Amino acid sequence: MRPRKAIQFMIKIENLVKAFGAKRAVDGISFNVERGEVVGFLGPNGSGKSTTMRMITGYYAPDSGRVSVGGHDVVESPLATKRLIGYLPENAAAYSDMTVQGFLDFAAELRGLSGSAKRNAVARAVDRCFLASVLHQCIDTLSKGYRHRTCLAQALIHEPEVLVLDEPTDGLDPNQKHEVRNLIKELGRSKAVVFSTHILEEVDASCTRAIIIDRGRIVAQGTPDELGRPLDEVFRRLTVPDTAAK
Amino acid sequence: MRNITTIAKRELGSYFTSPVAYVFLVIFLLLTGFFTFTAGQFFERGEASLSAFFGWHPWLYLVLVPAVGMRLWAEERRAGTIELLLTMPITPWEAIAGKFLASWIFLGIALTLTFPVVITANVLGSPDNGMVFAGYVGSLFLAGAYLAVTCLTSAMTRNQVVALILSVVACLFLILAGFNPVTDLMVRWASPAFIDTVAAFSVVTHFDGFQKGVIDGRDLAYFLSVIGFALFATSIVLRNR
Repeated sequence: MRPRKAIQFMIKIENLVKAFGAKRAVDGISFNVERGEVVGFLGPNGSGKSTTMRMITGYYAPDSGRVSVGGHDVVESPLATKRLIGYLPENAAAYSDMTVQGFLDFAAELRGLSGSAKRNAVARAVDRCFLASVLHQCIDTLSKGYRHRTCLAQALIHEPEVLVLDEPTDGLDPNQKHEVRNLIKELGRSKAVVFSTHILEEVDASCTRAIIIDRGRIVAQGTPDELGRPLDEVFRRLTVPDTAAK
Repeated sequence: MRNITTIAKRELGSYFTSPVAYVFLVIFLLLTGFFTFTAGQFFERGEASLSAFFGWHPWLYLVLVPAVGMRLWAEERRAGTIELLLTMPITPWEAIAGKFLASWIFLGIALTLTFPVVITANVLGSPDNGMVFAGYVGSLFLAGAYLAVTCLTSAMTRNQVVALILSVVACLFLILAGFNPVTDLMVRWASPAFIDTVAAFSVVTHFDGFQKGVIDGRDLAYFLSVIGFALFATSIVLRNR
């Protein structure tokens, strides 16, 4: 049971807009995420999922609208919000010339950890993401699954209150997908989690709420049950395939 | 400050985990040796000075420094790690300074490894070692100025080759503005004041003093402002990614 006090939203997004040239990638999105929620961000490719996440993490500045994380505005106090967030970017970017250990040490140091706190944090992240067997391997020699988990470990290293995961299961095999979904579910009990996907079964597997976006706008949101079944039919009805004439 | 150190350490490490560092060091030392002793006629000059050594540096660095710095931001952009780096709780300045310092330290290491030239001059004669020291200081700042320009071009593109070419062209301009054959061409149509103004933008004009053994505050200020300006421009380019 969550204590029933005034809910403070961990992520609060109001009327977010971001345009690239003439194209409005994100066109007036608003939603909130509280602690203990796992929000699945669904949408076809190019619907604005990554752009929205990049604005939450402070990588892009919004054209208009507001994002606040843990009560701080991401534009006005970027350091405070970045400290609260763990972020897995799209395609799990990582420094390919570093070893897994070196990379996680680097991430921990930038998160302000040192000494035994750093060692413990790295050890915990390694444990959680099953990386012990590749610890001293160079990242560019890793398989896609390990590479992904290395980047996920980086996002978890400082026990963030907010997790933003851009396609966390992309390119993983079914076993790995299963593990990552369970991990997300577990993390969602104590944190606010937003993750994007275009795989519908994931919504059922780990979300408490799903938001479907299409061409930069929210077209539906609710628990998987509220959205209706079967989910893929709902999804197809609500979104426009990118093969359709504009 | 701690973040700058962390980033610089990673960046410096990545030079040495790849062949880049070793290839660069070998080529740099071979070329300085060639230019000093063969093209620069170090022995034939019959004087115990390192002018044959330092005189080539603006030209030698023209290609070698951009080669060291071209990957700084271009590689981050290509691999997508820039997103990781800039969403860490650090300021963009810390990232820029950390990367710049790492490469500058690396160039400093390369420059330090040219010490046999100094020993040679000291064995064969008695050079003015204060002058040699000033030359090294100037050379390091010269490398820093080129490097800052390379940081800027590297931040503009995800392609390292484009970054390399742009920075070579920009640095070439910094040389040519004060290069005698070029300023001589301008004498025909430009006023001396104009030529002096253009030449004041050149690294050659400001590097000359160091070679003569003079560490002049104005020359230092010039190099520091080139570095400061280029890194400031880098931060603007990164902000408008």
